[in-house]
Amino acid sequence: MRVSVLEVKDLWVKYYTFSGIVSAVSGVSFNLRKGEMLAVVGESGSGKSTLGLALLNMVPKPGKIVKGEVLLGGVNVLKLTPEEIRKIRGSRLSMVFQDPFTTLDPLRKIVDQFEEFLLEHGFDKSKSRSIVKEYLEAVGLPERIMYSYPHQLSGGQKQRVSIAMAIALNPEVIIADEPTTALDVVVQKQIMDLIDYIKGKYGSSIILITHDLALALERADTVMVMYGGYIMEYADKKELLNNMKHPYTKALFEALPRITTRILPKSLPGYPPDLRSPPQGCIFHPRCEYATEECRLKRPVMIEVGKGHFVACHLYR
Amino acid sequence: MDVVSKLVDVTMDFETRIFGRKRRVRAVDRVSLEVRRGEIYGLVGESGSGKSTIGRISIRLYKPTKGRVFYGKLDITELPESKLRYLRREMQLIPQDPYGAINPIQTIGEALVEPLLIHYKLSKDEAVEQAHRALEEVGLHPSTEFFTRRPRELSGGQLQRAVIARAMILKPKYIVADEPTSNLDASIRTSIIKLLLDLREKYEQSLLFITHDIALLSLIANRIGVLYLAQLFEEGPTEKIVKNPLHPYTKALLSAIPLLSDELGLEKVYLKGEIGDPSNPPRGCRLHPRCPYAMDKCKTEEPPLIMVNEGRSVKCWLYYNS
Amino acid sequence: MLELFKSNVAGKASRALLNASRIILGNKYILAGFIIVLVFVLMAILADFIAPYSPIEIVGPVLQPPSQKYLMGTDNLGRDVFSRTIYGSRVVLLTTAIAIALSGAIGTLLGLISGYIGGALDRVFSFIMDSIYAFPSLILAIALSVALGPSPINAAIAIAVVYIPTYFRMVRGQVLSIKNEPYIEIARALGIPSTRIVTRHILPHVGRTLMVVFSMNSADAILTEAALSFIGLTVQPPQPDWGFDLYKGRGFILTGYWWMMVFPGFCITLLAVGFALISEGVSTVISGGKR
Repeated sequence: MRVSVLEVKDLWVKYYTFSGIVSAVSGVSFNLRKGEMLAVVGESGSGKSTLGLALLNMVPKPGKIVKGEVLLGGVNVLKLTPEEIRKIRGSRLSMVFQDPFTTLDPLRKIVDQFEEFLLEHGFDKSKSRSIVKEYLEAVGLPERIMYSYPHQLSGGQKQRVSIAMAIALNPEVIIADEPTTALDVVVQKQIMDLIDYIKGKYGSSIILITHDLALALERADTVMVMYGGYIMEYADKKELLNNMKHPYTKALFEALPRITTRILPKSLPGYPPDLRSPPQGCIFHPRCEYATEECRLKRPVMIEVGKGHFVACHLYR
Repeated sequence: MDVVSKLVDVTMDFETRIFGRKRRVRAVDRVSLEVRRGEIYGLVGESGSGKSTIGRISIRLYKPTKGRVFYGKLDITELPESKLRYLRREMQLIPQDPYGAINPIQTIGEALVEPLLIHYKLSKDEAVEQAHRALEEVGLHPSTEFFTRRPRELSGGQLQRAVIARAMILKPKYIVADEPTSNLDASIRTSIIKLLLDLREKYEQSLLFITHDIALLSLIANRIGVLYLAQLFEEGPTEKIVKNPLHPYTKALLSAIPLLSDELGLEKVYLKGEIGDPSNPPRGCRLHPRCPYAMDKCKTEEPPLIMVNEGRSVKCWLYYNS
Repeated sequence: MLELFKSNVAGKASRALLNASRIILGNKYILAGFIIVLVFVLMAILADFIAPYSPIEIVGPVLQPPSQKYLMGTDNLGRDVFSRTIYGSRVVLLTTAIAIALSGAIGTLLGLISGYIGGALDRVFSFIMDSIYAFPSLILAIALSVALGPSPINAAIAIAVVYIPTYFRMVRGQVLSIKNEPYIEIARALGIPSTRIVTRHILPHVGRTLMVVFSMNSADAILTEAALSFIGLTVQPPQPDWGFDLYKGRGFILTGYWWMMVFPGFCITLLAVGFALISEGVSTVISGGKR
């Protein structure tokens, strides 16, 4: 067993909105090992993006982390002062967003933004230029990109720049929130190949947040499926592919278009839960074909059904 | 063969002004295609390929810069909006983003009743009753619960159903579906596609299905057209396109599907770079800067659309003379 | 209490009224401005009952200082300044109301047409509007007013022309962005006629903007009206009119008869402040800010 770099223990995040309290993340725990790529898979409203932000203590208002620990090398990130957190962001935990526009300032050249980021984290001005060059090269960008403005770059190039900035300080953990969703199919593949390459070269641990189970099953080492803020299933990729347990994971898998069969995939009835008033019992039961009386009443706990394979479902008790 | 919609050599230019400087973008470049009665024609391409523009030209929401547009046998290229209005009940658009598709100031009910009252001589009560039936038909049950709600009060899946109900309420014969499920979650997506297919069967509609998802098309389309930078690169029956793609670009699209592309057992093709600027496309074949098979000829001369065999054509020098 | 009221009313009109009252009561700027304006409106409507004397008749000795008999004194002809001030509100309010209604209606209509149709028509309209806008507003109003001849209606028209471009620009800008919303395209695809798209699908969205422009313009329009009447371009003597009374009073201020000028001047300022307060409040409410 390799060492854990990030440990999340019983994390709860709620949004205190005008129309009610939304439980976005409910009791999430997991370990991330060195060099591991963990895919957090979920649909909109599953809490996957909030989880990503919570790991950096960046949940926007009116959201609040109500309980839990995020241990980075044994230190609870949620207990740090804003100044300490700022130092950690980017250098030990960094984030790649879906829309690189949110990270890049449209009015400044790439090189200036990149250098400023490095200087903020205590780099020497004389070295920063060569580091910028090195990392842009590492993500497959030509040197001239340095002197461009963000709007002169294509979507894929911008995403490469934000990946370069995310890895430049050699962080232990990179959180990538839907890094390819805004991109075209062919470019998606390029960016995922790049993330794979980075993982291999720098040994970073990566949390890939995505709505696409196929992408997760293709790229990640471990897959965590979330629904309505809860973890439904967590397993090694190979184990999950061969031995899918949770009805929701199965439904997601069956919803993938199988090109060769020419049969429409199965669909899941109903709609995602309203997290202001989530259903009693198992959060998935209103849409589950196997739901029993027990599922309506009692919330299932995570149980280990195989080595490192956890599932929250009454069917497997 | 009976054709519902036909585009002949259609070109569409958009002019934009940036700081007073005119810039012309050719969104569609000499594209011809036809949607036959009863079929689902799948149009696949990345953003900037012009697929949405083609869909809108075919129902004359846009007027093409060059070329002709036919609805059935009728040339509708030059038809003024006042005449087109009567054709509108026959052809409809289902947009990508359900959230923008219904005016936020309207209730779902108002949005459904409005087109009925405009196109048919109905009393208000009759129209309301039809609207309720339409909501039930798309699975928004009980309809009374949705009728008085506003768009923002519905979930994405529910709203897309309401949008479909509205598009179907005039009983159209030809539907342009522009990425109707790409903004929806995977677990919702299939049910929306099923709904579209069921309605199509029930009302004998023909469908132009626009998407960036070739895997999805392989399941539902009768024929597929592949677009790249405003041009049609390959066209043919779905079975043949998926099992035996000819154009390197089509191969690359199929290779990029996560997890499932292996199932096809096809040769993998990877492309460098990105689609590029539609206002300044590459010379010669538009794919050549990214294509692993590019030859000298590809850099200077644009390949013609070559008829390979019955109903199958490809725009690539690799297949010239063969 | 508001909740009780809510449960008892039904129908769109009363709901709109409720909304309006909630906005007015919910923001202290709007509330203060609204009270000020309301006082002047009531004064204009009820002038016949409030004013102790006729505004145009000589009721006593000339240039009497304020006293119990003549609350604001008498003017150089022996007319009651208090009564004149009360009746004077009619001219101001009516002229500005007509001016705002005219400019709002015409500006909105042209803005809708120009924005929705676009093309050459839009360029022509925009050019004309920009030309009007480029003029200093007061000078343009005076010039138009002189050309049309002095009368309250002509003054209203002159003021209206000055403010049409403001409405036009705001409405046109909104239409341009709403025109690109998917629901407008879908409405076209459903064969909904253009006039209906403009009036039923676009116009309601412009309402908020119109409210801001309206409240912004009204304070300005009051001052423009006062300026026009100051130089005698609205009602003719002996009709009471704040601006003109202010002008006349100006000659007596050095000799110590301050009341002729101070009271109408104060009213003009207060009314303008009232509208300015509403404007301030409305724009914070609409931009989503609190108070």
